[in-house]
Amino acid sequence: MSEINNAYLLKELQEQFAADILSVEEPYGMLTIELSKNQIVSCLTYLYEHPQLKMQFLTDLCGVHYPDQKGRELGVVYHLHSFINNLRIRIKCFMSAENPEIDSITPVFAAANWQERETFDFYGIHFSGHPNLKRILNVDEMDYFPMRKEYPLEDQTRTDKDDTYFGR
Amino acid sequence: MENTLGNYDHKSEYTTLNLGPTHPATHGIFQNILTMDGEIIVDTEQTCGYIHRAFEKIAEHRPFYQVTPLTDRLNYCSSPINNMGWHMTVEKLLGVQTPKRVDYMRVIIMELARISDHLVCNSVIGVDVGALTGFTYVFQWRERVYDIFEEICGARLTTNIGRIGGLERDFSPSVIQKIRAFVKEFPAALREFTNLLERNRIFMDRTIGAGPINTERALQYGFTGPNLRATGLDYDVRAMNPYSSYQDFDFIIPVGINGDTYDRFMVRQQEMWESLKIISSAIENLPEGKFFAEVPEFFLPPKEEVYNNMEALIWHFKIVMGETDVPVGEVYHAVEGGNGELGFYLVSDGGRAAYRLHFRRPCFIYYQGFPEMIKGSTLSDAIVTMSSMNVIAGELDA
Repeated sequence: MSEINNAYLLKELQEQFAADILSVEEPYGMLTIELSKNQIVSCLTYLYEHPQLKMQFLTDLCGVHYPDQKGRELGVVYHLHSFINNLRIRIKCFMSAENPEIDSITPVFAAANWQERETFDFYGIHFSGHPNLKRILNVDEMDYFPMRKEYPLEDQTRTDKDDTYFGR
Repeated sequence: MENTLGNYDHKSEYTTLNLGPTHPATHGIFQNILTMDGEIIVDTEQTCGYIHRAFEKIAEHRPFYQVTPLTDRLNYCSSPINNMGWHMTVEKLLGVQTPKRVDYMRVIIMELARISDHLVCNSVIGVDVGALTGFTYVFQWRERVYDIFEEICGARLTTNIGRIGGLERDFSPSVIQKIRAFVKEFPAALREFTNLLERNRIFMDRTIGAGPINTERALQYGFTGPNLRATGLDYDVRAMNPYSSYQDFDFIIPVGINGDTYDRFMVRQQEMWESLKIISSAIENLPEGKFFAEVPEFFLPPKEEVYNNMEALIWHFKIVMGETDVPVGEVYHAVEGGNGELGFYLVSDGGRAAYRLHFRRPCFIYYQGFPEMIKGSTLSDAIVTMSSMNVIAGELDA
């Protein structure tokens, strides 16, 4: 049996999802792949059930916003961890800001429930199939998604502060 | 005789009980809307976000060194661990190699923080079952830890300890002496605390079997830290992905069996002994050398040099104004926080601030498992389960 490392992980993934892996990187030793968003549940299920890899722990799920990437502005980043092999992987899925929708991974990982709600809360990404997709940290009445880049940190109409030299 | 209860609608008798948001037994601002059948919990609806402060948004607009005070306010029971985790994340991004002395000093600080974190959590479990004595005893020792932090960095609770690249100053002889005294004197106090609770019949009856969860469900809910180890799985970031020279130290990872409140309590108790072992080994083998790495573009020069040396003044200015370029990239770094794997996912676009910074807050993730753990148990069990999970409001809501 070959050693279980990033190369093996990538090989196994490419055999299964060759057409859906859009890019591969390895920043700071963590295998990072970009996956087409409709494959996310099947990919995570495959990694979960893989007899050798056993990526059975969802470390982290969060959103990210790149307003300059037209057509794929919003992203969801998944960090998975295989305790048995001590191997981590980062999977990214991008979607357009007009139709930010991706399948919920709550059937695979119960831990994704609140993290998907948080991502929805801050980025407005809809996770279809999520059991209870509503805001979690912000107030329910909020009508925008504050972590998107178009929302400035502070109220721009304020005149009592001059932060010109601080680039804020 | 006809049963008069034939058409009895059991569900109409359910009571809704608001546990929190500001209840002394929730130890923080948490709201749980419980549906009760008599004293048995049928269903729980959790709300959170009461102290949400938008740290991730703020972090996108501040230079890296200004993010450290934000991390203080995540799990404020063990702020130094959060600070160190953040420094190490940035160091990983920059490719900075810290000297051994820095690593050891950080290990000492982090393990002291872990002890104070566990002391609070464990003694509060005692309080919630009616044993206030232990709490009042160990708080003197948390005070001693805070005295050490104060001596190291000037702050006690929200420490903002250390810098990117090292620590702001070397350990003074007084710090070393205080740490040595702590290592020497704390075991007696911890033993006293142990005697009060560990084999206490009432405490055991109240905590054994309260709020259990098995390993499989715990993994599904993303449990990490003592809560996961209490179920029997020995996942510890310090051992699995050693950072800050943890590989130099010899320690065991205590695990439980049943994943109930008593096991979580016991895992923390044992971890305090292990932390003590690590501290004493680190302080005795503290390597000589510098207390900072050679990264003038991120590590603030000493004040005397800033006033008397042109180059130091330039660096100082550049650091404070956030004028230094950083590599483009993304990095995930995790440390073993007081209550689980505290991760930092940092996306850098080369600018002065993070493009995206996400905190993997352990209790935000594992708190989801709470309803399942208390379903079918009594309200009093729910209270001890909650305190034994070490859910910290600041971290939950970020």
